Amino acid sequence: MSLPNQEETVTADTFLRGLWDENPVFVMLLGMCPVLAVTNSAINALAMGLATTFVLLCSSSLVSLFRKLIPKQVRIATYIVIIATFVTIVDYSIQAISLDLYNALGAFIQLIVVNCMILGRAEAYASKQRLGATFVNGLGMGVGFTIALLCLGGVREILGAGSLFGFPLFAENFQPWVVMILPPGGFFVLGGWLLLFNWYRQRRERKLMEQQGASAHGS
Amino acid sequence: MNQSSAPQTPGLVAATPSFAMLRTLSLVAGLSGLLVVLTYQITLPLIEENKRIAIERALFKVIPGAVSRRDFVATTQDIVPAGDGTDAGTLIYAGYDKQDRLIGVALEAAAQGYQDVIRILYSFDPSCQCIRGIQVLKMAETPGIGDKIAKDPVFQENFVELDARLKADGSALANDILMVKHGTKSEPWQIDAISGATISSRAVARMLNDSAQQMIPKIITYLDRLRDRGGEKE
Repeated sequence: MSLPNQEETVTADTFLRGLWDENPVFVMLLGMCPVLAVTNSAINALAMGLATTFVLLCSSSLVSLFRKLIPKQVRIATYIVIIATFVTIVDYSIQAISLDLYNALGAFIQLIVVNCMILGRAEAYASKQRLGATFVNGLGMGVGFTIALLCLGGVREILGAGSLFGFPLFAENFQPWVVMILPPGGFFVLGGWLLLFNWYRQRRERKLMEQQGASAHGS
Repeated sequence: MNQSSAPQTPGLVAATPSFAMLRTLSLVAGLSGLLVVLTYQITLPLIEENKRIAIERALFKVIPGAVSRRDFVATTQDIVPAGDGTDAGTLIYAGYDKQDRLIGVALEAAAQGYQDVIRILYSFDPSCQCIRGIQVLKMAETPGIGDKIAKDPVFQENFVELDARLKADGSALANDILMVKHGTKSEPWQIDAISGATISSRAVARMLNDSAQQMIPKIITYLDRLRDRGGEKE
């Protein structure tokens, strides 16, 4: 087990991967339950994103610190206990900050425990990497997740309620598309964003292939 | 995957390092317990304060003009000031104006709505024997449809002066509080439903009727005790 080769040195890419190439929502499609459920307004999306980022950062860091102590037979149990601890902390903290926000997010705060993005990071990254790299990567993933949630929440609030962060955007005779803030709206908007992302990615890859010439097979 | 255990116990792969598992799990569980208890201790006063503010805000909204409040508990036979060790019963919030006169009594009511239980706070004004306002505390009604019960101005008008007079013997309401179809309200004890949100509207009517039938006779019986703040001097 040659450790130095496996461990990643911290580069800008460690952080940026979470935002774009490995975006947890738009590319890896992880943690769909909160993505669809709480993004009916921009402020809920932001709060959920920040709460998830906090849990992701803290639990990944702790897993990374303990990575040599955790026997592989009990690793999932250990990760879940660590994640659940930070989720409980977030749960209490949100109640202390604002009850309105707590009521709006409902059961989805507790459900961060089973967000597969967080468990996935612990298993695939934090358990193998040093604290620094884990922290930076987790921050990137968390910010990527928050941005993705905001993309959904923003669009859904604008179309479904005619406002953004609670500020009305349109004149009075704007008829909101109520379906957008209902559960189906989550699927519509997520589908729209995925379409956009994949279209952009394919276009970029096609251009790359054209530049490399006809002989290139592409990747 | 097997690199870590293979060098230590080449011939005994099945032998699980029980001690290591025990050590790690206890360590993590201990740390987790410590963190959770610490957070709980720190946030508890803040959360209680938030809950108190939320109730108070709703309270002063349903009893317009109230500046102070006193909590009472309605037990099966009696109404006593809250906090005297007899907390088993329904909470009643009495609101007073600047001259310490009782201007309204707020009560909680709940019933099953379209998706989940709806909890509201409503106020009863003894001077007109009517319900003066409702405030939704908790609901999970459909956004844009059922959740109009909280904000819709036409629906809220039902509760400006909703009749809740008692029968002559004081045992129950003279007229049941009822929901009627949108636009057909003809009596002061009827609630005009929101068009398209009949189930949520009916839930509000039902919870008001259930709670009022039970509580208002008691409030009227012990009105003097509520008026003099339960004998408390401030």
